[in-house]
Amino acid sequence: MSDMTDHATKGRLLGRSKVEDLVIVPLFALVAALILGAVVMVATGVDLATIGRSYVALLQGSVGSVNAISETLTAALPLVLAGLGLALGFRAGLFNIGAEGQVVMGGLAAVVAGVALGDLPAVIALPGAILAGAVTGAFYAGIAGWLRAATGAHEVISTIMLNLISYRLLDYLLRTPLIQKEGRADPISKSVPEVAELPRLLTFLDPNLRLHAGIFLTLAMVALAYWLLFRSKLGFEFRASGENAVAARFAGMNASLTIVLAMAIAGALAGIAGANQTLGVLGRATPGFSAGIGFDAIAVALLGRSHPVGVLFAGVLFGALEAGGRQMQVDAGVSIDLIGIIQSLIIVFIAAPLLVKALFPWGFRRDQTKEGGS
Amino acid sequence: MRVELRNITKRFGPVVANKGVNLTIEPGQVLGLLGENGAGKSTLMNVLCGLYSPNEGEIQIDGQSVRFAGPGEAIRAGIGMVHQHFMLVPVFTVAENVILGIEPVGRFDHLDLTTARSEVSRLSAEYGLAVDPDAIIETLPVGIQQRVEIIKVLFREADVLILDEPTAVLTPQEVDEFFQIVRSLCEAGKAIVFITHKLNEILDISDRIAVIRRGEIVGTGDPKKLARPDLAEMMVGHPVDFDVARAPFVPGDVILGIQDLTVLRDDGAVAVDDISFQVRSGEVVGIAGVQGNGQSALIEALAGLRRVVSGQVRFDGTDITQASPRERHRLGIAHIPEDRQRAGLIGTFTVAENMVLDSYYAPPYSAGTSIDWGRVHTDAAAVAEQYDVRTPSVHTSAAHLSGGNQQKLVVARELSRDTRFVIAGQPTRGLDVGSIAFIHERLMAARDEGDGLLIVSSELDEIMALSDRILVMFKGRIVAEYAPHDAPVDKGDIGLAMAGARV
Repeated sequence: MSDMTDHATKGRLLGRSKVEDLVIVPLFALVAALILGAVVMVATGVDLATIGRSYVALLQGSVGSVNAISETLTAALPLVLAGLGLALGFRAGLFNIGAEGQVVMGGLAAVVAGVALGDLPAVIALPGAILAGAVTGAFYAGIAGWLRAATGAHEVISTIMLNLISYRLLDYLLRTPLIQKEGRADPISKSVPEVAELPRLLTFLDPNLRLHAGIFLTLAMVALAYWLLFRSKLGFEFRASGENAVAARFAGMNASLTIVLAMAIAGALAGIAGANQTLGVLGRATPGFSAGIGFDAIAVALLGRSHPVGVLFAGVLFGALEAGGRQMQVDAGVSIDLIGIIQSLIIVFIAAPLLVKALFPWGFRRDQTKEGGS
Repeated sequence: MRVELRNITKRFGPVVANKGVNLTIEPGQVLGLLGENGAGKSTLMNVLCGLYSPNEGEIQIDGQSVRFAGPGEAIRAGIGMVHQHFMLVPVFTVAENVILGIEPVGRFDHLDLTTARSEVSRLSAEYGLAVDPDAIIETLPVGIQQRVEIIKVLFREADVLILDEPTAVLTPQEVDEFFQIVRSLCEAGKAIVFITHKLNEILDISDRIAVIRRGEIVGTGDPKKLARPDLAEMMVGHPVDFDVARAPFVPGDVILGIQDLTVLRDDGAVAVDDISFQVRSGEVVGIAGVQGNGQSALIEALAGLRRVVSGQVRFDGTDITQASPRERHRLGIAHIPEDRQRAGLIGTFTVAENMVLDSYYAPPYSAGTSIDWGRVHTDAAAVAEQYDVRTPSVHTSAAHLSGGNQQKLVVARELSRDTRFVIAGQPTRGLDVGSIAFIHERLMAARDEGDGLLIVSSELDEIMALSDRILVMFKGRIVAEYAPHDAPVDKGDIGLAMAGARV
């Protein structure tokens, strides 16, 4: 029976190392990134007082006021939504780089649908517009999924190409009469009618607060993604295929169907992220409105360890960095690009947990339990 | 060169892999190291060859204490290991593989192969290895590839050779030849450590036997004075029953009929070449053969995982040639895959998740779109208990179970439902004696309940113990058939058939 106690100890230690992986490593990664960010600032000739001021601004701009929190959350929502989709794909073993293109197509479709449904009441127009975004995103990602399942074309390549196509397709479509705003010569879409807008939530406090109803949509999607991944049959198939595609096939799961569905659902979530932007923040579609959300979402999904709740927190962190970064630029005159550097450093540190553990040895259990050989 | 392990203890976190091990390796002798999988054989040998450093104890070479910082230092000290999984570059020649890592280079970084080639020829002649230095590895049979591994170690001037489960990939004839080589190495004064869990082999080849259990040496002895049951008991810790209990052979109707079946390998070569045979209810058909003669492709085709190029598979009268794996599962065909790690289990999934890997999609485990995890956990716990899967809970990851428990988990999943036919690939490969006996018992229980069974194994002993009928596969064809219940079968005959001799 000593056998059993061995296993029990192992189980408990594993619990501990899970906490380390999910909480402590990201936390230290953030700290390390901020320190290294300061080093970068020093190296580029920023004096210490300004560095201090910029980090204070980062904090104030992200959580220092109601407006800051509203901005943080507003920036976080599309990242969480697209990040959830990517996380589902990662769980299914698909490295989908195409969220950006799916955000573009979904966001544009939401505008088109919103305009078309503009005469109907909000209860129909708004869900209709969001659904259009989801379906379009799903279809656009489904192309890559189908190519992978039917021909073996790798999704990394095909989704990158679909991103490039989506940018040019957006430019083209924004100039077509159906979509382009009347009387404008530049590529800009018609405005989303009020019935199809995601209403702002905090205007009773201050009309400038941008946080909108997309937050409910996002939280619902986090719950849905969690259910899908850990409670549903489909999620079981996603996880099985992602962890061990051979065993999944041997167990009778349909690999092709899994790939297409995982891509389509990922695309639907990215499409909703696009709709969230056009219906909730921008009110229209313009060239480049996706603003790299689909790429930042990859980092969010990785930082969140492809877990819906992790993605939620990671998205909020990235939203905070973005909102705080804008404040940093205003208050301390430090370039917003520094935020990009800090975000990237966080990911690098997350990806290299051993490095983080080496930098902060006192944060971790000393005796590393390795799996013993036989 | 005499190597002594003194009081070696190796821990991984709280897990003690080796505890106070004392072992002496004498030149000119074969030390047989016997133990079940997970007993600590490999860890001990990895300590000896410098991969791990021990937490306590020391290694002495000719009375001098040594410490190895890595495998490189152990090799320089004359200790070389032939791993169970060969570490050869398939597209390189023998000589190129032999010098890999210690390439002799001349001026302008010119690779000097001439010396290596003549040295390979010399070693090959000296120990009767019969290896051509210019042969490309991937064109060589496994038996010869193994000799290349031995040459690699000899080329590095090792005096102590550690052979980790060396016979796992060999035919009975190849095993005999291999033992010849081991003896000639001994005569040349080399010390051999022969790691295995096979009792017959260790009794055949060893000059001295050490048995390891739960990380400790539980006994050493002279093979001439030890009997098989004693060794087995030492290894497992309790008496072992070797005979597979079987009810009389009462064949029923034909349940599986294979007609002119042809199946290709991934690279397009013919793997299964136009074969036909039948399996009856209550009958165990065993497929013997050296690995790589089409058995895997045959199993995969029967499980619906590999496309059938021509021919037909009929199950209980219905044509299932094109049926999906899931349809076959529904018909009551169970499949225990050859490679449990890769195909049978998902290591990161829990025991419970693995238990429903192929039945999660239907009642009672799911209704509509969601899975009833409560039901899954209760049932998984009951089945795990019934099939002796030793796990702290059904929430433990499958990867944390021992090999035997992992395989029992796969067997439990496949056999715990209503089955009519069982396809089992290497059902006990690499397992401990206790798990082997348990799995054999379960397979025979399925037979006695009227299932048809098709068992593929490269362990001839296993095929002979379980089968009502034995088919030998060679190069994709069935080259011989034996019915042990009609006439006694000679193991040597089967071995010859496995090697392709006309029978």
